[in-house]
Amino acid sequence: MIGLIDYGAGNLRSVHKALVHVGAPVRLVDRPEGLAGLRALVLPGVGAFDDCLNALRRQDLFEACRAFIRSGRPFLGICVGYQALFERSEEFNRGTAGLGIFAGPVVRFPERPDLKVPQIGWNQLEIVRPDCPLLRGVPDGSHVYFVHSYYPQPADEGLVATRTEYGVRFASAIWRDNVFATQFHPEKSQDVGLQMLRNFVALAGAA
Amino acid sequence: MLAKRVIPCLDVHAGQVTRGVQFGRAERGELRNLGDPVQLALAYNTQGADELVFFDITASAHGRATMVHVIEQVAAQCFMPLTVGGGIRSVEDMGVLLHAGADKVSLNTAALANPELIRAGAEKFGSQCIVVSIDTRRTGPDTWRVYSHGGRRETEWEAVAWARRAVELGAGEIVLNSIDADGTKAGYDLEITRRVSEAVGVPVVASGGAGTLDHLVEVLKVGRADAVLAASIFHEGTYTVAAVKRHLQAAGIPVRLRPGD
Repeated sequence: MIGLIDYGAGNLRSVHKALVHVGAPVRLVDRPEGLAGLRALVLPGVGAFDDCLNALRRQDLFEACRAFIRSGRPFLGICVGYQALFERSEEFNRGTAGLGIFAGPVVRFPERPDLKVPQIGWNQLEIVRPDCPLLRGVPDGSHVYFVHSYYPQPADEGLVATRTEYGVRFASAIWRDNVFATQFHPEKSQDVGLQMLRNFVALAGAA
Repeated sequence: MLAKRVIPCLDVHAGQVTRGVQFGRAERGELRNLGDPVQLALAYNTQGADELVFFDITASAHGRATMVHVIEQVAAQCFMPLTVGGGIRSVEDMGVLLHAGADKVSLNTAALANPELIRAGAEKFGSQCIVVSIDTRRTGPDTWRVYSHGGRRETEWEAVAWARRAVELGAGEIVLNSIDADGTKAGYDLEITRRVSEAVGVPVVASGGAGTLDHLVEVLKVGRADAVLAASIFHEGTYTVAAVKRHLQAAGIPVRLRPGD
């Protein structure tokens, strides 16, 4: 069984449908009790960093998510669910703390007349870590779907699994041990995205 | 590199995709039935469409229920971005469509009547969910006026000013539709598309007037649009999405082409 954190994220349903489509049994988790017995966990997200972290705290899922990640079971963060793994975000500058699994800030794209923000649409992956299990069967240069104004800057470059060029070359996916995270939306990236979700489900041994 | 998006647009009336040749045709019953929206969506998904836009052109209570059903079915089978517009009047309306599986909602007349609706939607769901669709018509050598109610009613707004205001209020994307060009197949209105695209910091989707593949090239290059919306050229089977993208790529425009496209 794969857990999907339900804190009111906009893409919850899309991620749910995509996981079911690739054959995963999925349980929605809105309280820490729901984490018991799960083989893997997915943290979705669209929207604001603060809303995500505040909702996790309200639902007592902040510490529970950290503990789940420490347990070594596969974890996938998507979009704001990726940003949430870091320490803090420039968004709103309210100083809301992230899960702090990895060091580094979440920053906004630079202000430039030729750069539309949010980045909306299909951009390419430059695969830095072809050995990353999430990327199995995903060709270098594949297009995936992005909708975001902010992106994490990992202090540890060794985390970076893919990079993407949009005014800057940012870390579009990361991987460390059992933790995977993508700034793009695999659930909206047609076959390429479904392949990644299939890889994640296989890794969890939950299909 | 970020690809320029190619977006088929499905006008849905009474559960069927229809096409009116110009604004106002739906009301006069001059519509051509082009098929089942879910089947068409699946076909465009296979062809590699970058996104799908559904417009509820009836926008009655019955039409809304039909649209929710269509979106639910499409979202369960097409893992790509979906936008829904037509008759959205409240944050609750937006919630129902997003809940059904839409990623973005497109506001038009209701946002003109109550611009705060844009802010309320952006605060509740995030700017990335809120598209403002602008119907405009050239009313002078250097002026473009915004129209509401499906292009029937002239407003006080000038197109660039309204686009700027919408973005200030939280719109994450602008769809710009030329009433003059819509359905004519004579090409997009390049001038107003370029003006709006240069005036706002969010993506601009060009709509209305596509007849040939070079019209798409022009509006992406000269009009500086970030995406193109088209209906007739796809629904009538003139071109597949993949054929359009190959043409754009040959013209030096970055597009998403998959192996085999």
